Formats: sequence, C-alpha cells, structure tokens
Amino acid sequence: MVTPAVVRGSALEGGLAILGGPYNNHLALRAVLEDARSRGAERFFCLGDLGGFGPSPEKIYPLLREYDVLTIAGNYDRSLAERLSDCGCGYTHPDDNRYAQLSFDYTNRRTTDAERAWLAALPEQVVFERRGRRHLLCHGSPRRTNEFLWESTSSDAFLARLAREAGADTLLCTHTGIPWQRSLPGGQRVINVGALGRPANDGRTDVWYAWLAPDADLAEFIPVAYDHEALAREMEEERLPVPFVETIRTGWWTTCLEILPAKERARGRH
Amino acid sequence: MTRPASISLSAAGVPRVPALALDTVWFQVAGTLCNLRCHHCFISCGPTNRSHDIMSRESIRGYLRESEEMGVRDFYFTGGEPFLHRELVDILGDTLQVGPASVLTNGTLITPEHARSLAALERASRYALELRVSLDGLTPEMNDPIRGEGTFEETVCGLRVLADAGFLPIVTVAQTWGDAEDAALREEFHSFLRAEGMRRPRVKILPLFRIGREEGRTRGYAPAEFLTEEHMRGYDPWLLQCSNSRMVTSRGVYVCPILIDAPDALLAPTLRESMKPFPLGHGACHTCWATGASCRN
Repeated sequence: MVTPAVVRGSALEGGLAILGGPYNNHLALRAVLEDARSRGAERFFCLGDLGGFGPSPEKIYPLLREYDVLTIAGNYDRSLAERLSDCGCGYTHPDDNRYAQLSFDYTNRRTTDAERAWLAALPEQVVFERRGRRHLLCHGSPRRTNEFLWESTSSDAFLARLAREAGADTLLCTHTGIPWQRSLPGGQRVINVGALGRPANDGRTDVWYAWLAPDADLAEFIPVAYDHEALAREMEEERLPVPFVETIRTGWWTTCLEILPAKERARGRH
Repeated sequence: MTRPASISLSAAGVPRVPALALDTVWFQVAGTLCNLRCHHCFISCGPTNRSHDIMSRESIRGYLRESEEMGVRDFYFTGGEPFLHRELVDILGDTLQVGPASVLTNGTLITPEHARSLAALERASRYALELRVSLDGLTPEMNDPIRGEGTFEETVCGLRVLADAGFLPIVTVAQTWGDAEDAALREEFHSFLRAEGMRRPRVKILPLFRIGREEGRTRGYAPAEFLTEEHMRGYDPWLLQCSNSRMVTSRGVYVCPILIDAPDALLAPTLRESMKPFPLGHGACHTCWATGASCRN
C-alpha cells in the first residue's frame, strides 16, 4: 500500500488548480498556470507524467518550480527515475506501444541525472482535507499508477470501491488524457482531470485542467488556448513523429488509440 | 528476485494465484452451445454441446447484484454464441445499468434489428457496450477451414451490420500463425476491414489455448509448459486475469473463461465464495503467463 504525502494548510480551502500530465508541453503548462493564477489559485497540483509526446523535457521543471506546483509521480516519472526501458503506460496493443516507445526514448535521452533524482523524490500520492472531505490525488488509480480510469468503463460500484479502499471522499486522477467527473450514489466524487500535454481528442486545440473553486466540491474543467502552432513547430524541429504534431494542430488523437473504449474512441476522428 | 508474498505454493509445489480483487465478471451466457464448431475452440463448443447450459436472465440478475455489491468494474458475455440466447438484448440492458459490457460473438447471427436495439441501449447508457467479433482469416480460404464453411462471408456481413449501426467492433483473431508474422497480419487485417467500409478498424490478436478441440487440431501442452515457483520470481500477479476476474456459468463460478471444462476450476456457487487462491496447474496457465494474455478487450 502507498502511504500518501499529507498536505495541510488554509490555502487548501481556496481555489485549487489540478493539472494532468504535461507530456513536455511547456507552452500549454505555462498557459494553464497563468490562467489558474489569474483565477486566484491558492495551490497548484500536478498529477504526474511530465515527459512524453512533446519537445524539450527540460523546459517543464523550471515552470513547476516557479509556480511551486506540488507534483506527484506518474508512471513516466517513475520509469525515468528508475531508468526503466519503457514508459510503463500500461498499453496492451502493439500499435499503441510502438508510438509510446518513440516518445519515451526521446524523453529518456534528454533527461539528466539531476532531473531523474528530482523525479525519484516525488510522492506517489497526496492527500488533504478540504471542505470536510478527504481528497486523494493519484496518477492512474489509488491502487495502480498506470490504471486507466475511463468514464465509460468505470462502473459506479468500482469507483466507490476504489474510493472506499483508499479512504477518500474525493479521488482525483489523470493518466487517460480525457477529463470527466462523477458524483457517486454513496457521496464520493471521482474527478479525472485530463491532461495538459495533448488535446482531449475533441477537435479543439485547447487543453483542459480542473479548477476547484473555493466554494465547490466538483471541478470546473477549464479549456486553455496556448500557442499550439509554436509547439507544433518545436516538435517538427525535434523530429518528433508527424502524427504527434498533427494531434497538436487538430485536437484529434492519431496514436495510442487502441486503449480507448468504444465510446471515447467514437467521439474522436481516428 | 523472489516470488511475491501474495503467491503461495500448493502442497504439490504449484504456484497459487491470489484473488486480489473482483474487477471483471464473465458470463457463459449461452453455455457451450454454438452454431459453429471451430477447430481451435478451447471448450469445444458446438450445436450439441450442453456441458454448460444457457443461463437464465434471472440468474444473471442475481450475479449482477452480487457483483455490484463487490464493486465490479465491468462484464463480459461469451459462449458458445451469445446471440443464440433469446434474451441477450434484455440481459445486456440489465447489465448496462450496472457497468460496461462486452459481448464476444462469431457475428454470424447478428441481424440489423439486433444491431439497432444494441445501439439504442449503448446510446442510453453512460457505459461502453463493446462488440467483439471473431474472424480467423482475411479470406474464406484462410478462415473457413478453422471456423467452418461459409463463415467468412457470414461474419463479414455481421461486422458490416454492426458498423452500419454505429459500432466500432473489435475483430479478434486467434493466432494460428508464427509470432514473427503478427505485425504484418495485423496490418493486413486493418487494410481488409477498411476496404469493407470500417474506417477505424480495431483488431486484437489472441493466443491459442492448447485444450479442447485445439488439442486435436495441433497439439496439447508439453511437460515444460506448466508453471513452477521459478516462473513466479518477480512476477506481478495482477497481470494474470485470474487474480482479478471470475467466470460464471450455469454450473457456478469458475476461475477464468478458459478453464470451464476443468473440474478444479469450479470454485464456488457464488462470487464472494470464489475469492480464494487458485493453483496455476494447467497448461493454459502457462499460456497466460508466457503471452501476457488477457481475455479482456
């Protein structure tokens, strides 16, 4: 069992920005952090997977420090810290794994020893009290870092069990890249905050993050526009796979599609 | 690397997989009855096989209730051929109230009416309804010797009916060729399905299990193809589906969808009682271990 890092303080009762995986998309990360600050965010949290997909991994770390973002480790971060040979995303289809490997190899080659040490020190989970509810922040699910919690394949009963076993009133997670949230019949809430690194397969070039307003228990998902064309050009300069760049420019996923359940897949274009 | 603490050994030294959680429940909804008689069927289903009976809607409802109490994530329906069950659509309607459902079918009995009813159910549910259709070749010459005369055309017709109703069926292919050819064949399947009008083909390749009729088609398991403590060194039991799923048939709860002809794999009458360790003493267990196979999507 993971022992989550406990966070305390009155700031937790204020506006909170909860960010999904940045996947090297430093332009989106900056835009999201600025958006959240303009809303009066008291604290920033990032649920892990700093690398992959986008260009220049080294540009993520200074932003996280500048905004004092409390970051937990995703499977990517764990793989880099432990010098594993793949991202450990948990894909099961060879087509998904092929593209995942390309982006992991790119990020892995550009990650320094100092960055690996920093990643190794990240907590796996964070817990805090807010508005009388115990919030648990994890990457995939409370029990598995790389478990995919999709909206269409997670039953109420299953989510309630995960929350109960983790002792959480509100679970916050990422890993799938598509934001959704649900209030369960037993009163628990599950919020998948989506990801910053690539659009949410919705045909928009914006990325989404979760905003917990001071008086709210459910999130507002905020779309944020950023200079995606500049990012696409950087990706081309870095010779990242053409389909990745297409996703940034169109808002539609082109790779790692096989893991998508039918409902989520049908909403996309590819 | 040592054997994880959660994996114990039976008196005979066979590693036992722990029951870690009940995430997935399978239903042998049509029993072992099938309109086809595929030569690689690991449970030898066919038009006269009554080893497991068709399940009643009421019995499935009972297990759905028990599943929900246990926090199950998702459900799978197989057979035999699920579309032989007259109440399949109603059963899926019951299921989608509780969680996502997948149906494993040979596709030959799916009518446009079925597809329309299922599409309506899918749209009305927050949960996914997946249709998985078995096809074992790109041509009748490749498919029909395994699945039966005329089945290629009938299955492709079923796929078109599902696609027309808005489904993105997953085509499952049993791996009857050498490992090295996987990538090329997958690409050929994609091209073939695109040419049939399925713009976003989904293909899953499944390993063969050397039991049932497949044992006679090729061979059974060799003495080396059984799991020992050695195999479990540093192994994550989560990767074995028997650590987190169960199969329900008319006879009770089995450890997995593959071993329903094995008497020792019948664990209990209820899901709750079935949550106990299971000795991985079958050749099929070696296949799951070696290939990382999961019967899930």
